[in-house]
Amino acid sequence: MTALTNFITHLPILSAITFLPLVGALFILMIRGEAEVVARQSRLVALWTTGFTFLLSLLIWIQFEPGTAKFQFEEHFDWLPQYRISYHMGVDGISMLFVILSTFLTPLCILASWEAIQKQVREYIIAFLILETMMVGIFCAMDMVLFYVFFEGVLIPMFLIIGVWGGGRRVYSAFKFFLYTLTGSVLLLVALLAMYFQVGTTDIPALTAFKFARDIQMWLWLGMFASFAVKVPMWPVHTWLPDAHVDAPTAGSVILAGVLLKMGGYGFLRFSLPMLPEASNYFAPLVFTLSVIAVIYTSLVALVQSDMKKMIAYSSVAHMGFVTIGIFAATQQAVEGAIFQMLSHGVVSGALFLCVGIIYDRLHTREIDRYGGLVNNMPKYAFAFMVFMLASVGLPGTAGFVGEFLILTGTFQVNTWVALLAATGVILGAAYMLYLYRRVVYGELTKADVKAMLDLEPREIAILAPILIVVMWMGIYPMSFLDIMDESVAHLLKNYHDALATRAAEIAPLGSKLLAWLR
Amino acid sequence: MLIAAVFLPLLGAFIAGFFGRIIGDRGSQIVTCLGVGLAALAGIYSFYDVAIEGHKQVVNIATFISSGTFEAQWALRFDTLSAVMVMTVTVVSTLIHVYACGYMSHDDSQPRFMAYLSLFTFAMLMLVTADNLVQLFFGWEGVGLVSYLLIGFWFKKPSANAAAIKAFVVNRVGDFGFLLGIFAVYFLFDAVSFDTIFGAVEGKAEAEVTFFSIHAHALTITCILLFIGAMGKSAQLFLHTWLPDAMEGPTPVSALIHAATMVTAGVFLVARMSPLFEYAPTALTMVTIIGASTAIFAATIGCVQTDIKRIIAFSTCSQLGYMFFACGVSAYQAGVFHLMTHAWFKALLFLGAGSVIHAMSNEQDIRKMGGIWRMIPITFAIMVIGTLAITGIPPFAGYFSKDMVLEAAYAAHTGPGNYAYILGITAAFLTSFYSWRLIFLTFFGTPRADHHTMEHIHESPPVMTGPLIGLALGAVFAGMLGVHYFVGEGREEFWRGAIAVLEEHDSIHHAHESHPAFFIKYLPLIVSLAGAALSYLMYIRKPELPAKLAGMFPGVYQFLLNKWYFDEIYDFLFVKNAFRLGRFFWKKVDTGVIDRFGPDGIAQATVGGARRLGTVQSGYLYHYAFAMIIGIAAIVSWFVIGRPE
Repeated sequence: MTALTNFITHLPILSAITFLPLVGALFILMIRGEAEVVARQSRLVALWTTGFTFLLSLLIWIQFEPGTAKFQFEEHFDWLPQYRISYHMGVDGISMLFVILSTFLTPLCILASWEAIQKQVREYIIAFLILETMMVGIFCAMDMVLFYVFFEGVLIPMFLIIGVWGGGRRVYSAFKFFLYTLTGSVLLLVALLAMYFQVGTTDIPALTAFKFARDIQMWLWLGMFASFAVKVPMWPVHTWLPDAHVDAPTAGSVILAGVLLKMGGYGFLRFSLPMLPEASNYFAPLVFTLSVIAVIYTSLVALVQSDMKKMIAYSSVAHMGFVTIGIFAATQQAVEGAIFQMLSHGVVSGALFLCVGIIYDRLHTREIDRYGGLVNNMPKYAFAFMVFMLASVGLPGTAGFVGEFLILTGTFQVNTWVALLAATGVILGAAYMLYLYRRVVYGELTKADVKAMLDLEPREIAILAPILIVVMWMGIYPMSFLDIMDESVAHLLKNYHDALATRAAEIAPLGSKLLAWLR
Repeated sequence: MLIAAVFLPLLGAFIAGFFGRIIGDRGSQIVTCLGVGLAALAGIYSFYDVAIEGHKQVVNIATFISSGTFEAQWALRFDTLSAVMVMTVTVVSTLIHVYACGYMSHDDSQPRFMAYLSLFTFAMLMLVTADNLVQLFFGWEGVGLVSYLLIGFWFKKPSANAAAIKAFVVNRVGDFGFLLGIFAVYFLFDAVSFDTIFGAVEGKAEAEVTFFSIHAHALTITCILLFIGAMGKSAQLFLHTWLPDAMEGPTPVSALIHAATMVTAGVFLVARMSPLFEYAPTALTMVTIIGASTAIFAATIGCVQTDIKRIIAFSTCSQLGYMFFACGVSAYQAGVFHLMTHAWFKALLFLGAGSVIHAMSNEQDIRKMGGIWRMIPITFAIMVIGTLAITGIPPFAGYFSKDMVLEAAYAAHTGPGNYAYILGITAAFLTSFYSWRLIFLTFFGTPRADHHTMEHIHESPPVMTGPLIGLALGAVFAGMLGVHYFVGEGREEFWRGAIAVLEEHDSIHHAHESHPAFFIKYLPLIVSLAGAALSYLMYIRKPELPAKLAGMFPGVYQFLLNKWYFDEIYDFLFVKNAFRLGRFFWKKVDTGVIDRFGPDGIAQATVGGARRLGTVQSGYLYHYAFAMIIGIAAIVSWFVIGRPE
């Protein structure tokens, strides 16, 4: 064991996990032969690569020390020393689980695309491997420039996946996705540059330790907010998400909902809250307002959708609304809940998109009304879909409950109105999910083509079963996850509240008069 | 032993659910019945150990959620209140499992059904043995889920699916209140585990908080929020609409979930949280008034319904009202006592009704029955016993509990107490009326079914009548055996602090001490007999009378028949508007405003702007020359006139 420990401590394991998929991509580039052979080999290589990446990432979980807020597995190399920009990697209790989430979902995505993608398979697979590198990199980066490279880099493969392998109005959706997120990112870049000129380094721990003047904080916060809010996405900049989801291939949707949306929440936790505490406190009411609107508004919109993917996309906006509430409530429960909710939403919404993909592959439509009675001929599918549906509804015992519950518990301590209004999402969520399930799965099996659909094949079971286990595990014993983030979150919040306590003069949060009235 | 009582049903559900196809119908039945049967034995033992011997205990299993100061354990708490519930739930559930083996014998997915029943039992046990509010909520939602699954068990029927969703969503409205109640408890006590809360409650008795811009007494607002949860689960007025529709499920489900156990979870919650409610008199008043109003409201509807199961469903709703107003006047013990006796006789009535339906080839309309008592004598006898019990005829179980509930309400000598007493007495009259109406219409008079159905009438097999007899024994004896312990002299010794009552609120004590007038003591019995007599008059002696009455007061009749139009009002107010609003947000706001002026608008503006800019480059020389001259003129003017010093 010590030998293994030694090996790992000396291995730049985070870089290994980050760039291993790129190595796989290189191998795939070298494959020669018939299109058929290339496709088969590419899939296999990708599956092995991503599977091995996942196993490797499990090592950091095993080796991770939960009792500290410090960054672990740090790697530090000079990159552009004259500008004090370095290649700096590391994970703490907040980011580590997101790395696992990314590496967990990618092999499942490769499996999910096994048969659904038939044109330009090699390019598709390579795009996915690059995507994984970018995703893992985002959560490991401890230098802001490095972070920004990954953060933007992720757009390119995703843009291609939607634009090339999507369906419907895929070009429109791809551009909408790209422009929305790029507009935000430009403002993030401006904020990053401003911070760099102020502090003289782009090292994240150094930036976190630096105390920005209040006026600057406000502008920096807004710049970051523009980018992260689009990623989350928050109302009213959410309209790219339903379109992107609808036209993306199944696996694209899984990554989009499962990981890419979390980049916004992660950004708030890594940058906004610790670096700009006063501005975060000042703008919290704005975030609350937009999030509460998101929860109620998008839940109602989800209720009337006739396209399955669009419905789940809207429900994602509602679920992510809980996350932003939790982050800016800034209590231990609320922030842990927000991280947990991001993780659980990652697996659950990913699973729901996979469930849609499975029947889409058979009938080639996402119209809810075209289905009905699937429980009769697809009982295994009905069971899996049921579990994920209930997790999305937030039933205790599944992953969905813990996050929502902790967020609301923590938020109630800060602002009862926000908790009350957000909790209505609990009712609406049940309504639209059960309504969807009823129309797709229950009822009499009447349509001939629906009747001909076959139940899950082994490959599909292999995709859904691991997620199913994780969903139940997160719901029954969430401590495996909460323990990891506990110390890091406590540390983050301590600094946050200390900063607020020691500031020169109290400034009232935005719209605080109204807020005092709505306590 | 305690762990076995809770987890054996889960094991049974797991095996039957996942391996049902391998072990077959018979195998699933054996596994699940064995699971709950053993759990029932463990439940009886734990009842003896905890309630009689006084070995209260908490079994810790693992940490569920811990975050900062928030701590919730997976733990099994066994005090008298849990033990009563565990025993009732496991024993009634076992009988219903056995009955279901017979009742569902023609169904083609029996393993699934048995698995659901066992899963339900497990969730209910988790609910009643919870040591903190979060685990209680786990069980609470668990039973809600299984209820959803079982109401929609016959998923090919659109009405069953609609009813299942309705049940889940209406319950979620209650859960919304319950959740906020949990947050409020954590806000006040910094804890969610019962021992910590109850230990600290006295210190918080006077605390005031501002929730939702309302500055109020902290415990009052907390208890009201918790009670909203109880209202949803226990189908109290305003949140009751799901219960009658829930009868879409197979009959054993109605008996187990929607009569004997799940719907009483709300009463259990109030009894469990009695230390909090005791310090929140306003909340108790609300409990009393909602309970009493439900008792009378549901009873009025029960009088005109024609579906045998729906009548019993409304009667459940009404009896739950009794339990609540008992809690509302601080007679929690009486409420739980009624809960326990009700579990027996209501399960009995439902299963009896199931046996009738079985005999009548799935006919549920009592207008199409009649004159069959000789053909199904056991079922008939069972139904009469159940009716005697629910109408409070001594020495049947309902007599002891309902009597105590009403006496306590009277002895409370408060405004709400009197309100509850008067409504309770009136509801008792109506209860008797509609219960006997059901008996008379179902079993007596001239047969109104077609001859085809009549030919097939047969008594149910022993696998169904056996459990009925078991439940009948409970309906006969549960009251007289329990009265001493639950609400009589032995109650202090029996409850051992599982229910807290402030001395000045102790209405059971008052009821025992004050010797009410003969009239008050026997009024429940008198109105019950009167109700039976009226029913006899209207449905046996003068069967033309009901139709005449309906004809004379068509407005009242329609109002009752349509269940006070609650469904229509809710549909109009909430369901329709939710969809309308959703469509508005989607079409008008998302597409009409955000996209139009956001990405699409900007994209179009860019294209348009580029095109307009493009027109400037026309290629005509004189255009360019003209522009140049204007430019030069502008620059020169600026230099000459506008140049700052």
